[in-house]
Amino acid sequence: MSLQVENLTVYYQTLRGEVRALEEATFGVADGEIMGLAGESGCGKSTLANSLIRLSLPMKLIKGRVLLDGEELPIADMERMNPFRFERISIIPQYAMNALNPTRKIGKMIAELLRSRQVDGAGFLPELKRRLDLVELSHEVLDMYPIELSGGMKQRVVMLISTLLNPSLLLADEITSALDVSSQKAVAEMLVSFRDREFVRSLIVITHDISILYQIADSILIMYAGQLAEKAPTEAIVHAPRHPYTRLLISSLPQVGVKYAEKRLTGIPGTPPMLLDPPAGCRFRERCPLAFEKCLQVPPFIQVDPGHFVACWKEFETDAQA
Amino acid sequence: MLKLEAVSKIYRIGTFGGKELHAVSNVSFEVEDGEVVSLIGESGSGKSTIGKLILRLLSASSGMITFDGVDISTLQGPVLKEYRRRVQGVFQDPFSSYNPIFKADRIFRIIKQEFFPEMKRGEWQERLEGALRAVGLNPDQVLDKFPHQLSGGQLQRFLIARALLLNIQFLVADEIISMLDASTRIDVLNLLADLKSRGLSVLFITHDLSLGYYISERAVILYRGCVAEMGATEKIYARPLHPYTQMLMASVPRLDEKWKVVETRLKAQESELRGGCVYYDRCPVADRALGCDTFRPPLVEAEQNHFVACFRCGGA
Amino acid sequence: MKPKKKNEFLYFALRNRKLRIGLAIILFFLLLALFGPLLIHNAPFDYVNPMGAEPPSSQYWFGTTFFGQDVFAQFVLGLRATFLVGAIGGGLGTLIGILIGFTAGYRGGIVDELLNMLTNIVLVIPTLAVLLIIAAYLQVRSILTECLFIGLTAWPWAARAIRAQTFSLRAREFVDLARMSGMKPTRIIFTEIAPNMMSYLVMTFILQFGGAILNAATLDFIGLGPTNAISLGLMMQYAVLWGALLLGMWWWFIPPGLAITAIVGALYVMNVGLDEVFNPKLREM
Repeated sequence: MSLQVENLTVYYQTLRGEVRALEEATFGVADGEIMGLAGESGCGKSTLANSLIRLSLPMKLIKGRVLLDGEELPIADMERMNPFRFERISIIPQYAMNALNPTRKIGKMIAELLRSRQVDGAGFLPELKRRLDLVELSHEVLDMYPIELSGGMKQRVVMLISTLLNPSLLLADEITSALDVSSQKAVAEMLVSFRDREFVRSLIVITHDISILYQIADSILIMYAGQLAEKAPTEAIVHAPRHPYTRLLISSLPQVGVKYAEKRLTGIPGTPPMLLDPPAGCRFRERCPLAFEKCLQVPPFIQVDPGHFVACWKEFETDAQA
Repeated sequence: MLKLEAVSKIYRIGTFGGKELHAVSNVSFEVEDGEVVSLIGESGSGKSTIGKLILRLLSASSGMITFDGVDISTLQGPVLKEYRRRVQGVFQDPFSSYNPIFKADRIFRIIKQEFFPEMKRGEWQERLEGALRAVGLNPDQVLDKFPHQLSGGQLQRFLIARALLLNIQFLVADEIISMLDASTRIDVLNLLADLKSRGLSVLFITHDLSLGYYISERAVILYRGCVAEMGATEKIYARPLHPYTQMLMASVPRLDEKWKVVETRLKAQESELRGGCVYYDRCPVADRALGCDTFRPPLVEAEQNHFVACFRCGGA
Repeated sequence: MKPKKKNEFLYFALRNRKLRIGLAIILFFLLLALFGPLLIHNAPFDYVNPMGAEPPSSQYWFGTTFFGQDVFAQFVLGLRATFLVGAIGGGLGTLIGILIGFTAGYRGGIVDELLNMLTNIVLVIPTLAVLLIIAAYLQVRSILTECLFIGLTAWPWAARAIRAQTFSLRAREFVDLARMSGMKPTRIIFTEIAPNMMSYLVMTFILQFGGAILNAATLDFIGLGPTNAISLGLMMQYAVLWGALLLGMWWWFIPPGLAITAIVGALYVMNVGLDEVFNPKLREM
């Protein structure tokens, strides 16, 4: 599978005008790659994920296209996207565990889903049981109502349902945020096993928690205020970041082994800009310690090292000088 | 300064209140003057309940909480108000701590009305601006606004400033930064640590071990209402003794090393507590011969300033 | 700070279209009820038109009834009675509902259980049967009696709704914050919880007001209304009783029916507008 996103630009229609939530996103995900999509609230990561699979009002596609295995996805057309969903591209949405229909037993819900996709429910049962074992859920879960399950169990049920039809690309939107530490690890590792067993071919894992991505992702894409900041292999992002925002972000994360008394970490002063009327050029400009006049123009997202993309004029300068 | 002795909180649940839910079970620990203690636990551990018990928002079913030697459950009227002057709390969700139809400054006005009714306007204004600056806020930018016009970080700082206005000695910080963005989290955390140097004691309630390590000298690890391990933060993190703590340490995602392959049994649906150790169902090294399924292990001192409640680590 | 807050509400209130329209309609009828009776020359029950029923004319603005009574006179006095019942009956119901609802919702526990029991008992009482019994004993019923009866039987709905809202608001963290600030429970209820429910409380009053009017109209219509007064509901009763529908005497039953509909409808529109005024988040939209 291969995903190519080109110049994807999505705005939100609101009463007060257009919120420019996603601006010129261009990147690719290779076959078998687990890409992490990280950034703080309002950076556009959920917008990006949702526009790949469910671009509905108030979201509006301004320009750009998405190619899945070389085929252009009709993302702006909800009807024509139907055959792609679940089978080619699937999503585990945020708050998914609260989205299970409380009046339906799990088994019944799965049966209905399979029926709607013309898959033989009875024939599928052995495979279903195998998958239940994989996510460490007992087969009795099929006979239970959502309210009888714990948060972590519901999360795993949703993961199971989203991958039932072996989609090429799976989007996981903040699936670990509401979980305990122990469940987080289990769920994150399950995502990797989905890829290893080829239930899905590639994953985009959206989260604000970079340390989880360090554990499971092959590459990380950092976003800020609707713009792409940096994309690189995980090691590079965490230990050799090149975008000023990434650098400041990584250095502000408390880690086991770091004490306040020994080393006082610092955050990034200021707040992200309002996207209703965002500043011109690089949107990190106002908080960036390295900003200069060129930053009034939007920096392009280009490759500075193999597999390492950055959108920062300063970096291009230092790169040119090197 | 603050001492919990065998504190328990039991709720009656089920139809006709037949069943019992032990939110907090026989918890004892202390917080000294000018000390930051982390109360670490996942959901259902009882950590928030302990916070509310200390703040007198709930009353304990058994056991005793003392502040400077005085049992807080006996406080009434003006003495209770004195207690509130010295002990305050800040909660997890900055937005729901504010009454949405009023401006954010109202929380300060309430403090003035309740605690400083006679203070003159000018003097109060000075005091207020001083507190705001102490938490790193510019009074001109943040006053006279509605909560939804301020960011989560600003709202949390407001709440800390409110506590400072009272010149408190003890702050209960219940997951105060978990809903903030990563880049602002560290600033609020640093603020707490700075305040410690002014003599403030903090009970830092969190589920995030790296935060606990960053800011506290001592930590208390809770599981399902019981203390699993307790002691100096460095010792617990360097050499976790309780199987639950070990599991937590192994599960924390770190930026300097990858997860090891560790067998972790996940939480099934909450089973009713029987007599034995609360971690029995998930413990990889549980041993019936030691009595893990019948007796509650007591807290024993494994090394100096490092206590653990596990039969395998001593204590029969 | 307090005067400034009130002015803010007023500022937005006067700008809200729904509020203005609803208020305008209510005010129109209110003024009619207050000053209309000063314009009439005839008493409502006097038989002034020997011709019997006649459509509206310059002499009789709303025409006359089957018996030659001045419909306009009946109308404006009936309006007064209607407003009175709405205000007193609805007001009483709301007041009791508030007291019981707040107490049960805030205190919880055994107090809540007892008040719940009380609410359920009153809810289950068949009001019509009780009223029939009362009617049998009281040969003469005044409007006040009707108000009292309506108020004392309609409050459970208000109490239930207010209790539920109070319950959910009480669990919010800003109430915890208020408790930590040393505020007394009564003060918390009235300064933290009630203002958050302001539109809810007003809605409750509006529902009670409108409900009381409709209730009274129904009671009047079936003959259990006041024996010594005129109200819009009584007008409709007489109209139907004396064949106004069959004989096409639209001027007899349309004004009262339309008035009741307009008043209750305007109240609801007002309430939607009020919600926008009270909730700052809705305002910016």
